[in-house]
Amino acid sequence: MRALLLRDLRLAVRSGGGFGLSLAFFLIVTVLIPFGVGPEPGVLARIAPGALWIGALLAVLLSLDRIFALDREDGTLDLLATAPIPLEAVAATKALAHWLTTGLPLALVAPGLGVLLNLAPAATGWLIGSLLLGTPALSVIGAFGAALTVGLKRGGLLMSLLVLPLYVPTLIFGALAVGRGGAGADAATPLMMLAGVSLGTVAVLPFATAAALRINLR
Amino acid sequence: MELSCRDLAVARGGWPLLSGVTFRVAPGRALILRGPNGSGKTTLLRTLAGLQPALSGRADPEPGMIAYHGHADGLKSTLTATENLRFWAELFGTSPDVRSALAAFGLERLADRAAAHMSAGQRRRLGLARLMVTGRPVWALDEPTVSLDTASVTRFASVLARHLDAGGAALIATHIDLGVPGEVLDVTAFRSAPPARGQGGAPDGFGNAADAEAFL
Repeated sequence: MRALLLRDLRLAVRSGGGFGLSLAFFLIVTVLIPFGVGPEPGVLARIAPGALWIGALLAVLLSLDRIFALDREDGTLDLLATAPIPLEAVAATKALAHWLTTGLPLALVAPGLGVLLNLAPAATGWLIGSLLLGTPALSVIGAFGAALTVGLKRGGLLMSLLVLPLYVPTLIFGALAVGRGGAGADAATPLMMLAGVSLGTVAVLPFATAAALRINLR
Repeated sequence: MELSCRDLAVARGGWPLLSGVTFRVAPGRALILRGPNGSGKTTLLRTLAGLQPALSGRADPEPGMIAYHGHADGLKSTLTATENLRFWAELFGTSPDVRSALAAFGLERLADRAAAHMSAGQRRRLGLARLMVTGRPVWALDEPTVSLDTASVTRFASVLARHLDAGGAALIATHIDLGVPGEVLDVTAFRSAPPARGQGGAPDGFGNAADAEAFL
């Protein structure tokens, strides 16, 4: 498992690995929002939590099809399925590698982008915390969606349709935690719900992902 | 290691392809699968390797003993030859004797070259070298000599012969004569009847166990 994790991290940072793509996408989406809604600081500050969370979510979505599609194309997925580690561990490891190369960097750069949207300074900590707690769920759910569509050519759009509805709870609680935290209200409840969604999906979905992979390998 | 298989039935995409596949191969010998395109060689190999379930029947050894090599080489093009092999060695928990695996296929000079910058034949050799680092006793190979030149085929045949000499076994779908000791299994003898609409399909009298034993 460690070998697989290190390999996925190494592939991500090598050329063509896609590391940084989702970060750049996040930056662009965030920069576009003031162009769309106008530069009034009050409006921007009000929509900043939701806009940042949607931007992060779309950035994660953009990188999902890399999780299994490339391994499927070059035959690695077949070989992983015959390797001595269970497919559930492969699914969990690849979701972890995806989070380390996507969710974690997104959480770390989000405060800088919050400035662009006039995010309340008090909300910065909540933004990082909610992204750190919520993005694991995005990676695990995304890995499941990627596994479901791994056998399809150009399955990216279908995967988006499958995955985005499942992202709704994370988005609601994540944006709510940032908004309430920034306003000085109690944000513990949405954060706990966010952590609950992440823990639940991390516990269950690797098994569903492995089952989906097995079906698609046939 | 002895290979055996009894009344195995395999399907692709829900369509029964082969049924009643039965064979027994003595240790140190290879089983060469023959048959025209679409006759089910790949499906049989993938089923034996555990990539898809069999409809019925049983096979020995279990998939955990089998190293599979399919049409694709399973190489990451941004990793070097050494990195590719070392990854598989670590994943299979074997001591990474990557250097000798590279040497066996004449790839020493390409050890630090990224797989993206290799020719199709070099990539195939690297993919086959992976079999050596898995440490598994049974190799299931699907057209292993595709895109190999004559010298590389000879090299591969000698690696295969050494593997068999050391007590290993191999199942190979190939159309060329590799010169290794082995039995030939013509999979067309086990072809299933096309399934009736709406049913799972029933095997016809083509491939029964008695035929297979006689054939071998």
